[in-house]
Amino acid sequence: MKSFFRVFPLFLIPFAALPLSAQDWVHTGTNLGADRIRIAAADFKPLSADPQTPALKAVFDATLYADLSGAGIFDLVSKSMAPQVTPGSPQEINLPQWAAAPANAAMVAFGSLSTDNGRMFVSGWLFDARNTVTPQVLVKQYNDTAGEESARTIAHRFADEIILRLGGGINGIAETRIYFISSRSGTKEVWVMDYDGQNQHAVTHLGTISISPRISPDNSRLAFASLDRDGWDIRMYSFDLNRYVAFPAGTAGGSNQSPAWSADGSKVAFSSSRSGNPEIWLSDASGSNLHKLTAFKGPNVAPTFNPRTGAQIAWVSGRTGLPQIYTMDIDGSNVQRITDGGYAVSPSWSPNGQLLAFSWNRKYGPGDPGGDDIHVIDLASKDYLQITHESGSNDFPSWAPDGRHIVFQRTIGSHTEIWSMLADGTQQQQLTHTGNNSMPNWSWK
Amino acid sequence: MIAHSRILTAVVLLVSLAAIAGCSKKAPPPAAETAPAAAPMTEAPTAQLTATPTVISAGDQVVLSWRTSNATTISIDGIGDVPSSGVKTVTPAGSTSYHLVAAGPGGTTDATARVTVNSPPAVVVPTNTMSAEDEFKAHVRDAFFDYDTYDIRSDAQTVLAADASFLASHPDIKVVIGGYCDERGSNEYNLALGQNRADAAKNALVTAGVAANRIRVVSYGKEKPFCSESTEECWQQNRRAGFTLDR
Repeated sequence: MKSFFRVFPLFLIPFAALPLSAQDWVHTGTNLGADRIRIAAADFKPLSADPQTPALKAVFDATLYADLSGAGIFDLVSKSMAPQVTPGSPQEINLPQWAAAPANAAMVAFGSLSTDNGRMFVSGWLFDARNTVTPQVLVKQYNDTAGEESARTIAHRFADEIILRLGGGINGIAETRIYFISSRSGTKEVWVMDYDGQNQHAVTHLGTISISPRISPDNSRLAFASLDRDGWDIRMYSFDLNRYVAFPAGTAGGSNQSPAWSADGSKVAFSSSRSGNPEIWLSDASGSNLHKLTAFKGPNVAPTFNPRTGAQIAWVSGRTGLPQIYTMDIDGSNVQRITDGGYAVSPSWSPNGQLLAFSWNRKYGPGDPGGDDIHVIDLASKDYLQITHESGSNDFPSWAPDGRHIVFQRTIGSHTEIWSMLADGTQQQQLTHTGNNSMPNWSWK
Repeated sequence: MIAHSRILTAVVLLVSLAAIAGCSKKAPPPAAETAPAAAPMTEAPTAQLTATPTVISAGDQVVLSWRTSNATTISIDGIGDVPSSGVKTVTPAGSTSYHLVAAGPGGTTDATARVTVNSPPAVVVPTNTMSAEDEFKAHVRDAFFDYDTYDIRSDAQTVLAADASFLASHPDIKVVIGGYCDERGSNEYNLALGQNRADAAKNALVTAGVAANRIRVVSYGKEKPFCSESTEECWQQNRRAGFTLDR
């Protein structure tokens, strides 16, 4: 374990002292930062008497607070410790009040919100509480149609500006979305929601079984697998055209499933049984230049590109019996086995290219139900860490583009829901509550 | 042992009771000895009854023929009084024992003919009366697999051989093989595993001479479970290559 941390001291942050003394769980993750910045988010000041204002301000305040709280890089001052004031402008803020105990804030986000004639206006500042001479870190102004969704969107944007500025230049994820499968309408369809579980709605209405949604890196196209009379096809939905578009490589009878996008959006890899055994195939995003990458007996599924290089693919193969995770170069060469046993499936390659998140049951076998838990493995050292513990059966992890968050499905009993967490396993949060929801896929931006 | 000897005692008691009953029945003197002698017809009656054929399908006819002697009253149960000899056609709905009683001055005698009626006739001529679907279900069985494998087990080999033989004798039938997995494991992997299972079953049929273009293969993985209990019994039910009639 220790060598693991020596190799990646910047990425892997053990909140070790507490957990290690009590139990054998270790927290890790990428881009989580050694020192969390203590930040306060003041409630914004309402600047208009418009009857819409209080409700929209409540949505805005709650969203901004949740975004900063969940970002994984802040120590957010709790509302009960923050000064009970709402500074609406730099003239109104008393920085020493925020820097002093009990808030002890290093940074303060504050501002004002008003609505007028169906529009809403938000001014937001980020101040360094300990720098009274030039405290301003950030100032932003927003103007949008008045409404709850706009209030959430503006809060997300302001939060992402703060996270970008204070989080080492890595974009926030508050405006990202999560695609997933829900059976709440009666059949398994593709749905989408905001990264915090808000705004859930259906994308497909096919009335069959659809699985494995994967959004393209530019958010323009959705690839997924759908059942029809002759088996499973890879289908493509265009959000630019608001209709299905052809992907001829994905229709061949048999099982064509588990698509994956390369980070530049130019290639799609997927599993196809068209040549007999389910193998990994690769084509252009248009469906042309289709060719087979693997030739191993048993199931070969669930490819995921190295998003950093675009030159490697990790996937799941049953060539030795139980499924294991392998990597190969994009031409099919240089095959390496990554996992050393158990039942290992559903790899998701981290944005920095160094880690794989996947579901692993290390004690899988007859009479030994074991537990399917999300693990993260470092590809260079093969050191791995278990991220989820003793809570249901966990599968289909998907990295957020910030490399700090992972979304996954958790099954407890016969009920499957979608959860997100920091990549060290903390701040687990259930995002869906209606019906069965599975196979989440975090958008690239 | 106590129960055993109780049973023995009961048996002994029953036997002796029967013996006593038998003795008391025999006690009255024979009727013939007390009846006045009737010179011309004192011989005991005789009776014969035959049914042709003795095994029929429901709806078919049977010819009963009988012959008696020394009898004055002859009747067949369910038909009534009949002449001393004769022939009659009947259509029994179910298996029947025809019972003839012939009574005369010399006593009473009887004769029995049994007719067995097979039903439903579908069993005898299946293709005419059984739907293709029912016949398919009655003859084509699913092949089951061990967990996380798609190897054809020996029991599945037997099943698939029988399935192939049925398909060989019904060349107009097309079949869908669905590949199924139990609830454990991951959806995407199980979909591929189900494909391997269904393809393994298809290959076995093709090897046995069934034309490949009569077989459609669809993997359902764990998406369409036959049952949903978390038991080995249910898991085994779900780990299969399932056959359905293709339309």
